[in-house]
Amino acid sequence: MPESKYLLYLGCVIPYRVLGYEISARKVAERLGIELVEMPEFNCCGLPLDPISHEMMLILAAQNLCLAEQKKLNIMTLCPGCNGTLHKANKTLKEDRGLREEVNRYLKEVGMQFKGTTHVKHFIQVLVEDVGPERIKDSIQKPFNDLKVAEHYGCHLLRPAKHMDLDDPENPTILKNLIEITGAKCVDYMDETECCGAPIIGVNDKIPFQLARDKLNHIKRAGAQALITICPFCHIMFDINQPRIERAFGETFLIPTLHYPQLLGLAMGIKPDDLALKENKVDISRVLNLL
Amino acid sequence: MTKETTPKEDERKRILKIAEVNPGLQYELSKAPGAEKLMQCLQCGTCTADCPIARFSGSYSPRLIIRMAQLGLISKVLSSDTIWLCAACFTCTDRCPQDLELASVLRVLRNMAVKKGFIPEALREMGSNVVETGSVYKVPGSRIRKREAAGLPPLPKSNPRRLAKLAEIVGFPKLIEKRGM
Repeated sequence: MPESKYLLYLGCVIPYRVLGYEISARKVAERLGIELVEMPEFNCCGLPLDPISHEMMLILAAQNLCLAEQKKLNIMTLCPGCNGTLHKANKTLKEDRGLREEVNRYLKEVGMQFKGTTHVKHFIQVLVEDVGPERIKDSIQKPFNDLKVAEHYGCHLLRPAKHMDLDDPENPTILKNLIEITGAKCVDYMDETECCGAPIIGVNDKIPFQLARDKLNHIKRAGAQALITICPFCHIMFDINQPRIERAFGETFLIPTLHYPQLLGLAMGIKPDDLALKENKVDISRVLNLL
Repeated sequence: MTKETTPKEDERKRILKIAEVNPGLQYELSKAPGAEKLMQCLQCGTCTADCPIARFSGSYSPRLIIRMAQLGLISKVLSSDTIWLCAACFTCTDRCPQDLELASVLRVLRNMAVKKGFIPEALREMGSNVVETGSVYKVPGSRIRKREAAGLPPLPKSNPRRLAKLAEIVGFPKLIEKRGM
């Protein structure tokens, strides 16, 4: 078994609003032998500031990458936004000598240097590549029998495809396969790979709500009993904001929304409390009843 | 929170005023990383047709923004709310038959707008939080105590001195300064 040891990159939004994702991911990682190391000096990945200054984004990302290089460890992310930013910056800085030299001129002022010796992986990528489907399957103690779910990837995990090269963004299967290991079945629904709208909520909240409402309707119509996310922003839209969306449009969805490690953890026999299921806003008892 | 504005009358009618055209601008834009292929856009409209935001917005059209940028008509674009509506989902970028990185062009335009003093308040606040704390959000004490109670490790605190120095070097604090109004 390859050694699976990573610096955990939490990012900003998970500790701010989506604690259940962190708690459940840590629990599942521990059970599956993924060792997570803390890095107290990490800062924002840079993504939210890219619209203000591309240079600032690069500097923030490069600093995080340098810290991992100094520790001689790879980075594991939970948020697809952080993942995309760090992965793309890492790749670009490794490939583009001119840009690397420019960024290193800045970093030199604070005694740092980007060398290009670390890798960035999202949690589900670590599950697939390091742990592997077979070992995950072996860890399942209480498989779901009659649970039909919809999955939501989070755009930045797969797009832009030429930078992420993880899966086909138009027809992704990586999360679907991981979900089906738990015994749950995935249903197809309209506009499955489309954005949830969360990134612009600070500028305009009408459009994201309309988008998420459409998606929740498609998910409901497809007969899904739950929605599985791997992105904190998608989770905010579909779980935390679901009651607000219901009120805004006078509709009822009641679609329990779980982080993937919560679904996996339940199937592994981990107690609901240890997976922070109390943090979920939409009632999840329907899902628990199908264990 | 900014309200979505309806397109200005003359934008709707697509009247081009020659005095507003800055033909050199397309070349300036094409030099920015991410916008190199700006002039390759054929106006096929795949981007706008597939854009989830455009579906619900009366004013946001990536195709129109690209055309205006090609024509050097961006002073209006830069001061409008519409460039801030792109969610950076990269659907247009992945589907563009001309391989134009539309989301990056939008980012280049946003960076230009910020230099001219146009920046949404929510974004300015995020920028200032990062410089101050390393995070875009100020995590409230109740959340920190909840973490402790759950037995989670303390949150990363960045390296404030190093962060401040780098932000200064790239001229970031000036970009998020509140300008005299």
